[in-house]
Amino acid sequence: MSGIILRLKQAPVVTLEAEIITPDRFAEMSHQEICSSIVYHGKRQLRLDEFFDVEGEYSANLTLHGDLNRVRHVGRGMTNGSVSIHGDIGMHLGAQMKGGSIEVFGNASDWVGAEMLGGKIHVHGAAGQQVGAAYRGSLAGMKGGLIIIDGSAGIEVGMRMRRGTIVIGGPAKDFVGLQMKGGTIILREGAEIRSGAWMQRGTIISLKPLSMMPTFAESGRFNPTFVSVYSRLLKPHGCELPNDQSAGYYQRYAGDRAVPGKGEILVWNDHATE
Amino acid sequence: MNWGSSFTRTNQTVMLRITGGTVYDPANGIDGEVKDLYIADGRFTSKFEAGHTIDATGLVIMPGGVDVHTHVAGGSINFARAMTPEDHRRTHAFIRSKTRRSGLGGMAPTTFATGYLYAGMGWTTVNEAAVPVLSARHTHEELRDIPIVDKSSLVLMANNEIILDLLEEGEDERAKHILAWHIWAAKSYGVKAVNPGGVASWKYGKDAKHLTSKIEGYDHITPGTIITKFAKMIDELGIPHPLHLHCNNLGAPGNVETTLETMRHLEGSRAHFAHLQYHAYGGDDWGNMRSEAAQLAEYFNAHPNMTTDAGAVLFGDTVTITADGPWQHLLYKLTGRKWGNLDVENETGCGIVPYTYRPSNLVNAVQWAVGLELLLLINDPWRVFLSTDHPNGACFWRYPEIIQLLMCADYRNECMASLPANIKNKISLPEISREYNLYEIATITSAGPARALGLSHKGNLGIGKDADIVIYHQDHDIARMFGHPRYVFKGGEIVIEEGDIRETPDGKEYLVQPAFDPEIDKFLRPLFEDRYCMSFENYPVEMERIENAQIQQCGIDPAEMGDSE
Repeated sequence: MSGIILRLKQAPVVTLEAEIITPDRFAEMSHQEICSSIVYHGKRQLRLDEFFDVEGEYSANLTLHGDLNRVRHVGRGMTNGSVSIHGDIGMHLGAQMKGGSIEVFGNASDWVGAEMLGGKIHVHGAAGQQVGAAYRGSLAGMKGGLIIIDGSAGIEVGMRMRRGTIVIGGPAKDFVGLQMKGGTIILREGAEIRSGAWMQRGTIISLKPLSMMPTFAESGRFNPTFVSVYSRLLKPHGCELPNDQSAGYYQRYAGDRAVPGKGEILVWNDHATE
Repeated sequence: MNWGSSFTRTNQTVMLRITGGTVYDPANGIDGEVKDLYIADGRFTSKFEAGHTIDATGLVIMPGGVDVHTHVAGGSINFARAMTPEDHRRTHAFIRSKTRRSGLGGMAPTTFATGYLYAGMGWTTVNEAAVPVLSARHTHEELRDIPIVDKSSLVLMANNEIILDLLEEGEDERAKHILAWHIWAAKSYGVKAVNPGGVASWKYGKDAKHLTSKIEGYDHITPGTIITKFAKMIDELGIPHPLHLHCNNLGAPGNVETTLETMRHLEGSRAHFAHLQYHAYGGDDWGNMRSEAAQLAEYFNAHPNMTTDAGAVLFGDTVTITADGPWQHLLYKLTGRKWGNLDVENETGCGIVPYTYRPSNLVNAVQWAVGLELLLLINDPWRVFLSTDHPNGACFWRYPEIIQLLMCADYRNECMASLPANIKNKISLPEISREYNLYEIATITSAGPARALGLSHKGNLGIGKDADIVIYHQDHDIARMFGHPRYVFKGGEIVIEEGDIRETPDGKEYLVQPAFDPEIDKFLRPLFEDRYCMSFENYPVEMERIENAQIQQCGIDPAEMGDSE
């Protein structure tokens, strides 16, 4: 069979820094090399096969099984191939990735797709904080690609993001799009408070009413064409956006005037619920 | 092989001979002579009895580099480190080993890494150019943790409230004693003046851009009076290094007028102009800002009382840090990036703004050209020194790139091709064909700054001087040659060999102890108790805090300094 399968056999006691687990590296490694590649268990350097049963070699298609919520940096900086994760996964999943795809059948922790440049991440469960965000101090978060979280997400979704798209299926917490400079965030179940704080550019689309900050100004209602284009693009990933004039409209808010910024927040208003 | 333990000891004397190298020693007028060097107990000696020999045939030998103006320790650089975590992830990491501590390079390197990086390119003495007395203790603790290189520091004084109050009242003599008291309290080596009067005004949200500007809170003094009085006080106290001056109106288009006016104020006094690049602009707006390096260099060339360091700019990411708080606020407003501001009670201030110099940006391109123009148009290499005002214009570990730009006119022209087309008529660099030779490079990187600092045993390969040496491979790639020395010796010990750190000895710290009236305590104590957060007893830095302190004498005629014994 093709592909590489890693099954967690011993749960790490502290976090396991496993940036070695990427399609780019494993595609060029024999079974022996994969087994003996180094991971950091806390400060200790250990072999990968101390934690995982490894099957397969020389493949850019990885499958991980187990409760991996202490396994960090999986798929970091990957440029192609695929990672499929069956179980919960730890922090920094797909951070700084450039291409390829990651699919998680479970929950993901913080910093999913942080500073990613391209590619796709789909988490079928919930995600932690700082999805697609900039690391502390960086000027820009996500610069391209697509992140889809079917469940809920923590604070600071898309913090300082510059391009790319983030879809949050469940409710998000505070500060969605904090200091956002571009790109699109779609909130299917709305968010808690301070959405779009300090946003300079970019778009936040919410299908549920949002608590708006006073530094955002109402600036018209419409059914923008680009939402229909996005809807078509996202349909294969199970995310459609309503945009039928007869069904409702998007209320547009401009801000954040505190910066001052030229961003926009579009909130869907359904005629049926008005 | 571990060189450090392989020296032969004769009569408890560590002896070493370096043979066959081509020596550039400007302090002794030696320009590329093949010459043997003998070292005993960390100094050059005239004869060799027995010991280890290093064959340097075909290699280039220079005195270890001396940085006259850098920011490597203390409150402001530490603030910059804390403000730029993003740089720590992408930068060069030093992993702990038997001979060295862990650390990070990058825009604001950590203490131990600072020593490794300086020594790694052959620099063996550094002068931390801005220390408020209130954070002097912290600064010395950090300097102590910078290995290998010798250190000195300058205390920030020209916006000190107590001294400005005295100058306002015309009590110049008492001000001089208080200045001397502060120099000793901070355990510093000299005096730095930053935007005199301007930083004091910044405490009221104002600036003082010109020599005649009003200083908030004062009626009788102006930046002009502060500068002349400080230069006079420092000369009278006989401090080895003259007034180290960061002029008013830094960074602004048209500021060359202020700089020239400052130079005129200082005729007849010694003065060192810090990072002159930032003070050599014409025009009256960002759009028409141009280089006035030629005009400034012409005046400078005719006035031998002055020295300067270039404060050159290289394109790329860095973090700007200065006591010039109002300028940093302006820079923050221009860039919209992060801004840190510190207010150091009655003494000074500090601003931090991360910055990226881009060749496509007209202002940055002019700045890049001005730094090089000053180095090329000031014709006496004994008076203009290599610096980037680290980390303001670029990080110090990029000095080899500047050396390449100075030594290769073709490379310079290549770099100029990437500048915006509308830079024509704004800079004079394209008309300059001068290329530095190795003798001149040794002067601007070592012999010259050592002399300006009054460190006569540095930057000098003469008998009895400190055996700080850098040995390079001959290489047509100048940046590679100066970035990767074959050997670096500090005090006669091999510290770097082919890029590997061999030994990490502790450096010395240079101080001065100018004379002051001991009764001055009685005047200062009530002022302190009234105004400072710190008690008078805790304010001066204790001698025990300084590792390997070397007190340099005050009052030596500067004309005699730097020449061989």
